[in-house]
Amino acid sequence: MTVFSLIIINKAGGLIYQREFQPGLRKLSTNDYLVLAGTFHGVHAITRTITPKLPLLTPTAIASTPTSASSNLASPSGTSTPIPPTTTTTTIAAATTPSVSASSYTYPILGVPATGLESLETDKFRLTCFQTLTGTKFLLFTDPHMANIEVVMKKIYDFYADFVMKNPFYQLEMPVRCEAFDRNLNGWLRGRT
Amino acid sequence: MSSNTKASRIGEELWKTRVDKVNAELVTLTYGTIVAQLCQDYDGNYQEVNKQLEKMGYNIGMRLIEDFLAKSNVGRCANFRETADMISKVGFRIFLNIAPTVTNWTSDNNQFSLVFDENPLAEFVELPDDGRAQDELWFSNILCGVLRGALEMVQMQIEAHFVSDVLRGDDTTEMRVSLVRYIEDEMPPEEE
Repeated sequence: MTVFSLIIINKAGGLIYQREFQPGLRKLSTNDYLVLAGTFHGVHAITRTITPKLPLLTPTAIASTPTSASSNLASPSGTSTPIPPTTTTTTIAAATTPSVSASSYTYPILGVPATGLESLETDKFRLTCFQTLTGTKFLLFTDPHMANIEVVMKKIYDFYADFVMKNPFYQLEMPVRCEAFDRNLNGWLRGRT
Repeated sequence: MSSNTKASRIGEELWKTRVDKVNAELVTLTYGTIVAQLCQDYDGNYQEVNKQLEKMGYNIGMRLIEDFLAKSNVGRCANFRETADMISKVGFRIFLNIAPTVTNWTSDNNQFSLVFDENPLAEFVELPDDGRAQDELWFSNILCGVLRGALEMVQMQIEAHFVSDVLRGDDTTEMRVSLVRYIEDEMPPEEE
């Protein structure tokens, strides 16, 4: 159940937070962390571009599909039952019909958002990325066998919403220097192990 | 409507389990003091007061959205109608324990009204009878800003303004919300 460290990247790809909770990984220089954040941000954006977009499922779009894409013989997924918005990425397979015209796709407004890279794994650690709807990314370095990372991620987001965003003197998109955030996060993580 | 009841359920559940409550008078008095102070600072220039309230709300909204997302754990809305439901049944529920009615949709589904049956911010309030406040001041204008700030953070540019207010003697308190556009991925200007 080891959580090695946490990195937070703002929506522009800048590193705004980096903390180590338990030793186990080699430390990088500050500059390398910045590079890591920027690089990950870029790779994440690319992986999201590769992810197929889902067809628009609103009635108006379905109605417009035949006219806007007369060359396409069928668009079966366009008539499929709407996917509930809370469904996770497992429904991506629904988008594999390539014949649906581009105009019937929509982004970023669609039932299932295109997610980017979500985890990276090596022998020694797993890097899990959680991107909020506002574009902030939380990168968690853990033991590769650790279970229930979502629970940890959720709690970190809670702490972030409370102790960072609600601190009136925290400037949005700037490096996080909130002592209460550190303290609560540390305390909670220590309590888990 | 299923999404409607789903949003209500989420809102109720969160309100019961995840929200810390504070004394309503504290909120009402704090907000009232802010508005009164602004009216004094801007020397009764109510247009400017409306603008300042909206700006304050905007800054609140940009922060509040993370709390909303962290608490509610909801995904992205599929369309603007769903967004409206979320705002009313979840957003207003967890932050003010009210659920304004979503109504008066335009046919393109890009504009709706929120009708407030109750408004905790405006309790006990009587607008000054200087002959202008009744026509110029939108007392709860901070809410317009909150919506604009919060939705901007989740890639929706909107415009919100009050069209009527019981404080002015109108029959209802109604806010009009219009979707301007969905903001595609783009670099924020300060990073260029």
